[in-house]
Amino acid sequence: MALLELRQVGMRFGGLLALEDLNLEVPEGGLYGLIGPNGAGKTTVFNLISGFLRPTSGSIRLSGTELVGLPPHRITALGVARTFQNIRLFGELTVLDHVLVGQHLRGRARWWQAVLGLPGARREAREQERRAWELLTAVGLAEVAHEPAGQLPYGHQRRLEIARALATGPRLLLLDEPAAGLNPQETRELMTFLQDIRRRYGLTLLLIEHNLPLVMGLCEHLTVLDHGLTIAQGPPAAVQKDPAVIRAYIGKR
Amino acid sequence: MRGWRPGVRASSLAALMTRSTWLTLAAMALLALCLAAAERFGNEYQVRLLHNVAVFITLAVSYHLINGVCGQLHLGPNAFITLGAYTAALLTLTPAEKAATFLLTPLIWPLREVSLPLAPALLAGGLVAAGFGVLTGFPVFRVRGDYLAIVTLGFGEVVRVAANNLQGLTNGPLGLKGLHPLDSLWWSWGVAGLTVLVVHRLKNSSFGRAMQAIREDETAARAMGVDAFRHLMLAYVLSAFFFGVGGGLLAHLITTISPGLFSFFLTFQLLIIIVVGGLGSTTGAVLSAVFFTLAGEWLRVVEEPRQVFGLMVPGIPGLRLVIFSLLLLLVILFFRRGLLGRREFSWAALGAWLSGGRRSKSRG
Amino acid sequence: MDGVTLLQQLVNGLSLGSLYALIAVGYTMVYGILRLINFAHGDLIMVAAYAAVMGVGLFSWPWPVAAGVAVLLTGLVGVLLERAAYRPLRRAPRISLLISAIAASFLLENLVLVLAGGRPRAFPAPGWLGGSLELGGLYLPRLSLVIPAVTALSVGAVFFLVYRTATGRAMRAIAADWEMVSLMGVDVNRIISLTFLVGSLLAGVGGILWALKYPQVNPFLGILPGLKAFIAAVLGGIGNLAGAVAGGLILGLLEVLIVAAFPAWAGYRDAVAFGLLIVILLVRPTGLWGESLEEEKL
Repeated sequence: MALLELRQVGMRFGGLLALEDLNLEVPEGGLYGLIGPNGAGKTTVFNLISGFLRPTSGSIRLSGTELVGLPPHRITALGVARTFQNIRLFGELTVLDHVLVGQHLRGRARWWQAVLGLPGARREAREQERRAWELLTAVGLAEVAHEPAGQLPYGHQRRLEIARALATGPRLLLLDEPAAGLNPQETRELMTFLQDIRRRYGLTLLLIEHNLPLVMGLCEHLTVLDHGLTIAQGPPAAVQKDPAVIRAYIGKR
Repeated sequence: MRGWRPGVRASSLAALMTRSTWLTLAAMALLALCLAAAERFGNEYQVRLLHNVAVFITLAVSYHLINGVCGQLHLGPNAFITLGAYTAALLTLTPAEKAATFLLTPLIWPLREVSLPLAPALLAGGLVAAGFGVLTGFPVFRVRGDYLAIVTLGFGEVVRVAANNLQGLTNGPLGLKGLHPLDSLWWSWGVAGLTVLVVHRLKNSSFGRAMQAIREDETAARAMGVDAFRHLMLAYVLSAFFFGVGGGLLAHLITTISPGLFSFFLTFQLLIIIVVGGLGSTTGAVLSAVFFTLAGEWLRVVEEPRQVFGLMVPGIPGLRLVIFSLLLLLVILFFRRGLLGRREFSWAALGAWLSGGRRSKSRG
Repeated sequence: MDGVTLLQQLVNGLSLGSLYALIAVGYTMVYGILRLINFAHGDLIMVAAYAAVMGVGLFSWPWPVAAGVAVLLTGLVGVLLERAAYRPLRRAPRISLLISAIAASFLLENLVLVLAGGRPRAFPAPGWLGGSLELGGLYLPRLSLVIPAVTALSVGAVFFLVYRTATGRAMRAIAADWEMVSLMGVDVNRIISLTFLVGSLLAGVGGILWALKYPQVNPFLGILPGLKAFIAAVLGGIGNLAGAVAGGLILGLLEVLIVAAFPAWAGYRDAVAFGLLIVILLVRPTGLWGESLEEEKL
């Protein structure tokens, strides 16, 4: 069974059609890409999967569990984490705090146990801190752990957003234009990084990207959207030659 | 207190921890000693001022939890304080005193006959306020920002109208008189200490971090699995509880309460306190509460007639508030971070500061 | 309640409601363009009332002159307010802007308290506005007819400005997306100042009418009408001019009719608006005619 399965998902805003009849099956461990020109409805797909929007029709399932109608935090708890197109960090919180916030949903201690400083709660807090350091070391941000996130250089911010998402313990990671604003060198590093975390944490990745070389080099399977319609699906090599895709890209840009 | 640099190893960290624990205990003992001395040797005015300081610490730190830590502009503390004040007052008065007060409409039945010691009465005040918090939390947290501000502002108005009209419960516009004054500084300072401890612990816990994440970017926090509603509700109800307890203390400090006593002006004072202290800093809220309670007392002078070089200068009502609102405006326009920004006190930071190196002031 | 009493109450409700409507339109204009609740909007009502009192009492101006100057002065205060307290914070976190608005509101109230003293003052009303008409057993205070008429004229002028002129088009464009409009070379600051001017002039007119209706003037008189007018604006869907008018009328009628129907509840009259606000937020946070907020969340 596919890890993520979208069936005839449609979304309207008022009278405006943002997405129509999207079908998508992402197998466990897969690395899928969602591409298309600006305004094609890609970010809407992410907002639908992560529960920020409710589709007007269709179903979205994670390992068979229906996600439609669940609030975002429940969906994250089920194992879907995401990043944002325009990086959204917690400005003044430190890098370490970001990762700790990501782990918060896995905590078992209740608030009053934390306030009373009961041994169980303290042990859990120490354990979370240990795992946070582990994760920060793994993504190469341990050096800046006590810096406020808002003051990090751009590349670090992108990386921190992914680290924070990883801290929630996801099975499926949704990346919204992870390479936006990176130079070719950084983009190559990002590709290795994504392959690396995918292996290390046994992740399934679904990413939105504008950077075609990155998508072609990384993804196993692509879905191309244009104006909310699915115009092509398949392995990168096939999609690249699809006349509808060429039209959508060249015609629009 | 999360100012450690990665270079600090675990062993020295533990040593530092114990040392700061000792320092904290010593500081608390010193404070206790000062309070005991004040209670013993201070005059009535000084003791009253110390009570005031403690109550304002309680109220400001609770307000800081919802407003500074969670970033929600809640404008209804005065409503919760009023609820706590009335609840506690109705419970501590003796049946005879109540009968003498409620002349027009007798007090409703169970309250007419009960009389409790101060501690359970304060607790009840806190619980009633927290209950009101639970009820109102549902509509309040359907909205954010400006809307949240106005709805909570409305609570003060609704509670005032209710207190004026529910004669059988509140004695209407006449209010309650002759409450038993607080007999010891330990009441107010005990509550203040407890509030600071709870809010400080909560803020530095995983829950407090989630609340700060909501303040910084609610959408991102929800995407990270934070249940925004539950966390905001927790902060809101907990602050309501402490507002209620603080209101009970305030009632027994003033000894006469009436429906309009805790007006929006009280909320405004608390807002100034936490903004000037630095929105988001518990330390800032405490220091600023102390400062403003004392400054408010000194500034009282400008509103009273007095002799200056043999001339009689009339007092000017409202001048104190003009000064306060100008101050708030200036701080928010030009020094938005207030006194401490979002930093907190720690012995390590204090030590570093005293030894001249301001660099390592802790962040958080 | 017999027919005549009902009619009587309807007129009262309409007169109160049109006052709320007048003030609510100013609120909603400012909100529409800045997405800010101008907490000090209610205090502008008070400024107008005091200015008129001073004009008549201190300078012995004829009433119409004093009222006119008071309205203009209120407009000016509104513009200054935006300049000093809101403009510097346009890119600051929302909470700072709101706190600034609250501070400005307190400053206005207490500045007037310091300058004019706390003693309530009687508002001078010209004789031709007093008295009442009698129509077939129906007793109509002249003021109850003047208030809706003045409101209709003022609001009509604002509608003309907003929907029929180039300036109005710019206002609406800024309300939709001000960053975009500023990129297109429109002087956003000028338009925002103008919006504050118009909104504050409305508050000024509202202040004069309010003081005629409740002729006890004190520094805090603007708080309650301000809050209620805001609730009226929310009821109608904030940012929506016609909605603000409708919301004001509904709130005014509701307050008057509830008290008329249940005289025992008269003391709760001021809580009606807040009860209504909570119901709106639970049932339909966008108000009756509000725009949907769906797209801007992410």
